[in-house]
Amino acid sequence: MRAFYGTTLANPLMLGTAQYPSPAILEAAFRESGASVATVSLRREGADGAGQTFWSMIRDLGVHVLPNTAGCHTVKEAVTTAHMAREIFDTPWIKLELIGHTDSLQPEVFQLVEAATVLTEDGFQVFPYTTEDLIVGERLLAAGCEVLMPWGAPIGSGRGLNNPYALRAMRAEFPDVPLVVDAGIGLPSHAAQAMELGYDAVLLNTSVARAGDPVAMARAMMGAVEAGALAYQADPIEARDMAEASTPVIGKAFLT
Amino acid sequence: MSLIRILGAGVAGLTVATELAARGASIEIVDPAGSPGEHGCSWWAGGMLAPFCEFENAEEPVLRLGRGAKAWWVQRTEVTAAGTLVVARPRDLPDLRRFSRRTEGFETVDGSRIRALEPDLPGFESGLFFESEAHLSPRQALRDLVAQLAEQDVHIQRQPSDFAVETTIDCRGYAARDALSDLRGVKGEMLVLRASDVTLTRPVRLLHPRVPLYIVPRGEGIYMLGATMIESEDRSRISARSMMELLSAAYALNPAFGEAEVLEIGVDVRPAFPDNLPRIRRIGSTIHANGLYRHGFLLAPALAEGVAELVLNNYRTELVDEDHPERRTA
Repeated sequence: MRAFYGTTLANPLMLGTAQYPSPAILEAAFRESGASVATVSLRREGADGAGQTFWSMIRDLGVHVLPNTAGCHTVKEAVTTAHMAREIFDTPWIKLELIGHTDSLQPEVFQLVEAATVLTEDGFQVFPYTTEDLIVGERLLAAGCEVLMPWGAPIGSGRGLNNPYALRAMRAEFPDVPLVVDAGIGLPSHAAQAMELGYDAVLLNTSVARAGDPVAMARAMMGAVEAGALAYQADPIEARDMAEASTPVIGKAFLT
Repeated sequence: MSLIRILGAGVAGLTVATELAARGASIEIVDPAGSPGEHGCSWWAGGMLAPFCEFENAEEPVLRLGRGAKAWWVQRTEVTAAGTLVVARPRDLPDLRRFSRRTEGFETVDGSRIRALEPDLPGFESGLFFESEAHLSPRQALRDLVAQLAEQDVHIQRQPSDFAVETTIDCRGYAARDALSDLRGVKGEMLVLRASDVTLTRPVRLLHPRVPLYIVPRGEGIYMLGATMIESEDRSRISARSMMELLSAAYALNPAFGEAEVLEIGVDVRPAFPDNLPRIRRIGSTIHANGLYRHGFLLAPALAEGVAELVLNNYRTELVDEDHPERRTA
């Protein structure tokens, strides 16, 4: 597994911390699944420390914390939020999210590159939430990012990997860069598919937090990413059009 | 029997007092802030007795313990038993389907049935109707409890009396954080509007993936709009974003809300334990009854009954912490 800014994760599951029915269920979802990274949004919880109780609960999960800039629409907002996050969670990691479109929550990739440049210069280790566009990926790497997080589908949509072709191309184009499918995962099969493409992790929130049983769904997601990662390493067979019998045919009268 | 002291005159303290007084206990209520008012989060509640709707995003006890709330309140204040209507815009129908899967006690309703129930909901073609649910006016309910207690010569005192007490019941809500380290505040913001052009007769919930809203009629064109749920303990002010989201959701429900007057802006924090369920916890001679979260009027009767059972009969209902080692009792 490729390292994220020098950190090798115990497993490829990153979970968001929003929208759970209660903090107790959130905690159980992490404990039971063993997810290795928790993303947390700062913006809505207020800058003046009023969210301390919740944040200390996140710290107590004992996993890597990846603060995010969810809800930010401009470079300035995102940079301010990142600085706040660094102070609160004492980590240089920041998931950079800059929303460009209200309905699809599509990343605003131009501002994203700009913000990534500013934050990298400020010493942050940026995890940019981006589209599957190769050129944007190149620009983000040039801006100093050492991780890319393309979307699978719009945030919260649960539609899975909308463009597996482009995600595969991204893997091929950036063989040494840790890649994470972020957003759009609805089912474990989507998460497994991302890992089968050779991705290094998946990041998801809604599909677990809003499931009827978030704890069970978190465990299912962990099973899926482990299966997908293992399958990728196992060098899967190529798909083919005709049947290929798995039992030997020698000695049988097959030329009839 | 010796005197029982109840700390706090919010919905928790007053229901506990009512329940204990009804069972013949000798009580006093102490609240330095005096009668219920805007200093307490009960004042800002929605007052929905909606166990089925709340069950959509809560654990099973909320449904079971909340079912008795309507019968409890009917005996003590005016309760409007008109049900709850849940609607969604066509683009948010997946949220409506999810909602219907996660709960029970409803009938599925189409546009004509929605308009038969609430003519002022144009443009909604799918919904769920929870006929058995009800709502009340929280402020009137609190005042009614205070008045009924006064008839039994129980008055809210700003200072404790000099009488010796064996048991103190701490119903201070969020203020009890000094004794309950696993209690947190969850910020809520609400608005009170006067919209004379809109007539809604029952609570309406508008589903939205990010900004779910409910609106509760208070009569005479007055509506309570709520409520945000933010993991923050700031109780000082509403954010522009929250205000915008609440108002735009109301506008989506009926554009005539655009003409409404904003009468009140309410901001406070709800006291909550990590599982968002209420608890009764004994610490020394104090019994804490707390953590009603967003279910104050829905779960206070069950909480009060649990306190009364513990204090008077030494019977531990499921709300009592000590039989549940899985609960963090830090």
